[in-house]
Amino acid sequence: MEAHSSEVFVIGLTVFFLACIIGYYVVWSVTPALHSPLMGVTNAISSVIIVGAILAAGPQGFDTSKIFGLIGVVLASVNIFGGFLVTYRMLSMFKKKTKKTKEKE
Amino acid sequence: MVAILYLISALLFIFALRGLSHPESSRMGNIFGIIGMIIAVFTTLMFKSVLSYYEIGAAILIGGAIGSFIALRIEMTALPQLVAAFHSLVGLAAVFVAAAAFYDPVAFSIGKVGSIKTASLVEMSIGTFIGAITFSGSVLAFGKLQGTISGKPIVFKFQHLINALIFLLIIFLIVLFVINQSPTIFWTIVIVSILLGFLVVIPIGGADMPVVVSMLNSYSGWAACGIGFTLSNNLLIITGALVGASGAILSYIMSKGMNRSIINVVLGGFGGEQDTSASKDNSDKIVKQGNAEDAAYIMKNADSVIIVPGYGMAVAQAQHALREMGDILKKEGIEVRYAIHPVAGRMPGHMNVLLAEANVPYEEVLELDEINHDFPMTEVSFVIGANDVTNPAAKTDESSPIFGMPILDVEKSQSVLFVKRSMATGYSGVDNELFYRDNTTMLFGDAKKMCEDIVKSLSA
Repeated sequence: MEAHSSEVFVIGLTVFFLACIIGYYVVWSVTPALHSPLMGVTNAISSVIIVGAILAAGPQGFDTSKIFGLIGVVLASVNIFGGFLVTYRMLSMFKKKTKKTKEKE
Repeated sequence: MVAILYLISALLFIFALRGLSHPESSRMGNIFGIIGMIIAVFTTLMFKSVLSYYEIGAAILIGGAIGSFIALRIEMTALPQLVAAFHSLVGLAAVFVAAAAFYDPVAFSIGKVGSIKTASLVEMSIGTFIGAITFSGSVLAFGKLQGTISGKPIVFKFQHLINALIFLLIIFLIVLFVINQSPTIFWTIVIVSILLGFLVVIPIGGADMPVVVSMLNSYSGWAACGIGFTLSNNLLIITGALVGASGAILSYIMSKGMNRSIINVVLGGFGGEQDTSASKDNSDKIVKQGNAEDAAYIMKNADSVIIVPGYGMAVAQAQHALREMGDILKKEGIEVRYAIHPVAGRMPGHMNVLLAEANVPYEEVLELDEINHDFPMTEVSFVIGANDVTNPAAKTDESSPIFGMPILDVEKSQSVLFVKRSMATGYSGVDNELFYRDNTTMLFGDAKKMCEDIVKSLSA
């Protein structure tokens, strides 16, 4: 295992830089009008650290690590639900009015 | 199998951002994001080591209920605060996950207590450091946006030197932590990083908040990345990088909108102080004042009106009354459009969301580059709650703090209506010479009340 750890790190680094490049191009394609929903979505998806929190909260019994994990799960859940919902609310506003104008026309 | 499911989840997150390239595809994007998250959570729950479903389920329900309650109740004008608050939670969650990994490294297969792999320790402490900064910085940004803390920049002597020293101290602590793996040092890193987060945001003024909020957005991504490296989890690394890149680009766009470098914004101290020399020069100049009826008359007789909303519109919650005014004008056959400056409001895209909330069709809402060349052909510019972003001093006065900032050329339209509460300067503390021009009419009062009065006059 130990011998592989540097390799694992390099793979992680590769993934990291490729993801940064993807992020760069994807985010520049976001229309400025939707920059607020963009923050909502990124906020929600950054809470994917819930994955780490679940691993920590996973084992049975109670120890320090598990408590930290559960707190992490609660915090991340607030963000996941809150982030996606508030984004949903924002985006449905961008929908409503186009429909209405079409109806008006 | 796990790796594949995580990959699908990461791809769905990329599609979620990609969907935001157009309002029509954006809702599907949000759904992709939700599916991606569900896959990520359920995949993790399937791990053999994960057994305490009840506790985890309860934690998700509690967090989910709180998050949903807040997200459904929040006023759209309070979005910037909400986003700042959410960022603080991501930061805090990152700290807790790092702490959990430190106390139970076996669960994450990164070694045993007291002999955690060096690489994992470094990654863990970097994740903790960024997470803690994100947490405290966001809490302070929340306070400033909410108004519980003064939005004025707080500047003191040797500020940047102190921050730099604290940063060096943190690096030293991280080295120490990697060597002796002491819990005391771990928590010291947390506390000192929290302190640094406060100190970094304290000198930054209210009007610079769009940059700060974007920056904290970016940090929350890098914190997730740090945790991703600690756990060797590609999903976390990819998502963190996406979010980090997103926040960084938004910060760049916002600072460019003010013609300032990100460094300059971060160093802070901008705005809040009164530029007395500039305001004295104009004290004897005449300001033409008008009322709602005058404004209604001017706009009714125009062919085209461009509305320039700013933070003042958000504060007064004037977007609905404003849209009503726009509707009446449109019925009269007048072309009505909205011009949005990149830094209008307190977060990127703030004005667009408020106008969308008031049912303004997004086709009528244009960005600076799209509409700026139309001002010379426009009869009336209706500026509501905006100031600095229209100030021609940004083009002509090299000594002005806002010199070089791209502005909306409302001065080129035939007449300008300014809805303002008073003659106070904008956040830059600079007086706006537009107020004293012959073709400018000042409409003093609350933005919402003014729009309602104009609507009354128009329909009378």
